[in-house]
Amino acid sequence: MKEIQVVAFNLAKEEYAIDILAVQEIIRPTAITRVPKAPSYIEGVINLRGNVVPVVNLRHRFGLKEEEQTETSRVIILIINDMKIGITVDNVTEVIRIKEEDIEVPDLSDSLDQRFVQGVGKYNGRLLLLLDLEEILELTT
Amino acid sequence: MNMNMNEYLNLFLEESREHLQNINEGLLKLEQNPQDEETLNEIFRSAHTLKGMAATMGYENIAELTHKMENLLSKLREFEVEFTSEIGDLFFKCVDSLDLMVEKIASGNNEDHDISDLVELLIYYEQQDSSQRNILEQDLEENIDFNEFEEKLITQGLNNNFNFYKITVEIAEDCVMKGVRAFMVFRSLEEIGEIIKSIPSTQEIEDEIFDNEFSVFILSKNSSQEVKELLGNITDVTVKEIISPSLGDIPETNQLEQLATKTDNNTKNKKDNLNHKLSQTVRVDIGKLDNLMNLVGELVINKTRLEQIYKTNDLSALNETVEQIDRITSELQNVVMNVRMVPIDQVFNRFPRMVRDLAKELGKDVNFILEGKETELDRTVIDEIGDPLVHLIRNSLDHGVETSTERQRKGKDPTATLKLIARQEGNSVVIVVEDDGKGISIEKVKNKALEKGLCTEAEIEQMDPEGILNLIFRAGFSTTEEISDLSGRGVGLDVVKTKINSLSGSVMVESQEGEGTRFTIKLPLTLAIIQALLVKVQQEVYAIPLANIDETTIIGESNIKNIQDQEVMMLRGKILPLLKLEKALELPLSSWDMEKEYFVVVVRKGNQQVGLVVNELIGQQEIVITSLGKLLSGISGIAGAAILGDGKVALILDIGTLF
Repeated sequence: MKEIQVVAFNLAKEEYAIDILAVQEIIRPTAITRVPKAPSYIEGVINLRGNVVPVVNLRHRFGLKEEEQTETSRVIILIINDMKIGITVDNVTEVIRIKEEDIEVPDLSDSLDQRFVQGVGKYNGRLLLLLDLEEILELTT
Repeated sequence: MNMNMNEYLNLFLEESREHLQNINEGLLKLEQNPQDEETLNEIFRSAHTLKGMAATMGYENIAELTHKMENLLSKLREFEVEFTSEIGDLFFKCVDSLDLMVEKIASGNNEDHDISDLVELLIYYEQQDSSQRNILEQDLEENIDFNEFEEKLITQGLNNNFNFYKITVEIAEDCVMKGVRAFMVFRSLEEIGEIIKSIPSTQEIEDEIFDNEFSVFILSKNSSQEVKELLGNITDVTVKEIISPSLGDIPETNQLEQLATKTDNNTKNKKDNLNHKLSQTVRVDIGKLDNLMNLVGELVINKTRLEQIYKTNDLSALNETVEQIDRITSELQNVVMNVRMVPIDQVFNRFPRMVRDLAKELGKDVNFILEGKETELDRTVIDEIGDPLVHLIRNSLDHGVETSTERQRKGKDPTATLKLIARQEGNSVVIVVEDDGKGISIEKVKNKALEKGLCTEAEIEQMDPEGILNLIFRAGFSTTEEISDLSGRGVGLDVVKTKINSLSGSVMVESQEGEGTRFTIKLPLTLAIIQALLVKVQQEVYAIPLANIDETTIIGESNIKNIQDQEVMMLRGKILPLLKLEKALELPLSSWDMEKEYFVVVVRKGNQQVGLVVNELIGQQEIVITSLGKLLSGISGIAGAAILGDGKVALILDIGTLF
């Protein structure tokens, strides 16, 4: 039976998940340099051990209310199409294995722009929104 | 294709390109000096290696073509065939085809490339062994030129046991219808063989444009006696002579000796070359070097932190270690920078061939001189400089250099000189493209600029000749009326200038009408590390490349004037438009504070000066440019990012696109 491993995290009371293969590392928020004229959901760039990495503010991208960083805030560094990109999240919960048969593609038009979601994974009674990273970063167009 | 194969493929492509370049260079040398055996050997070796590699990789067309080239080359080496300009051209064509095939492979295009024509020609030249060559040479001595087709016929005929005759026929002086008699001669000869050529030409003979005598070259199986008898039957016609050019001359002894010594030299040269190769090199993927560079950058940043810790905590025990690390890191930084430097030869090496081809095409006689091939530039600059140089060289050949006849009329050396020179000057590299052609007419430039509305009469009045000359870099300027195939397709020197500016360099033109033109390009040694001024705009730190900065100054609120909604200040009697950086960088606008002084960084973009208003000047610093990545590429006004000593990221302003 096929299953995928995901990193689960919280953002404004919802639980999301990303395929672990796309995750390079998880770091605490560091100083961010704003980039003028960049797309508004890009919060800025950070220095990740000598590499300049852009950081996407997921709250802003999803049209959620902006909130102050807390002690649990994290930046997940992803590698998508050979690019390093960070996303800000409220907190990272755990790494989970989800069976492929437990993933559904429901109609979610009410809570969140559906184009960002690949599917919903069920795990021990929890619902995890699996994100479509390429869509979020506008790499598909 | 699996990973492993891919790696081989890259190696194959790279080495093939190198070998093709070698062959190209060798051929150019050989054209100058056909007797140069060492060069011939070099070409041979390159072709041979290429053949081997292609065969291993399964690229049969390449292997086949190089194999045939090799065959002909070996005939050349053994003096069985002489190097002529036709053979040279053929080889160049072969190299072009090979180049095309290699690039096709590189782009993943598996389509076959048709090489049959080239292979056929190679075989044809190859089969011209010395005996047949002698016939042709003999003919040449009599100033008879056989074209390629005729030569081919003769060779084929000889191979098929035909006899080759030169028949000279005389027609009686009192004959009334010479044309008719001549026609009869041709008819009779056509019956017994194949007429290759006649002197004068058949047409001229038919038109009776000849004295009493003409010659016919013919391939026939009949003996010379039979031919003579046949022609003797025609009234008023006498056969003056029938020559059968001799076959198979055996080289005389001293020639053989010469051959022997030459082969000796060959082997010696080979040995020399082997010794030459002992200084070893390693190919490294540029990506790996970039990685190394990044790591060194990190090391430098962490070293600064270590110094900070040592100072704040007063750990004198750390002193020595910190100093050592400091020394090692700066040395490491230097070494890595050096590794990234590439000789400009990589760009220059394609030009001799290009100039040769263009000059031939344009019917101009040009002596191309390359200097300073060993000058080193950062890899990033090397990759970008090729196109602007191609443009300038084409321009010179197309518009600058005159034809030989025109030059002679002007009392110049009929052979034009085109120079491409590179040299290092301090922290920059200077590249000069110089020709001794007709130069640029300032009057023409003036008229053209006015005509195209690039500037007004009043503006031109104020310009010095140099300023006028530099108008040619403006967009939409091109002095040649007709559009040529080579350059001046409407896009002109402005493209060159834009490109070079984007490399933080500058380009300048000097010209003396009738004597020549010189373009001087100045480039920074490296684009990876630049000197920059760090400034604070509100709370954000930005870096402005020093190359763009003319000066810095201070102003108070009271010195700022408004002209048509544009804030300006007076700087030594000149009006300087001001730009608040916070506005350009989309920060919340603040109003001028009467109490405070502001700093103005005067930057230059082309001929335009603008004062950038900032809150604070932090200082001058060497920064390593890092790209913002694909996600953030193409943001106007931002050239990239730099990581500062405190680990924060500062953005580098791109003055060219900021305003």
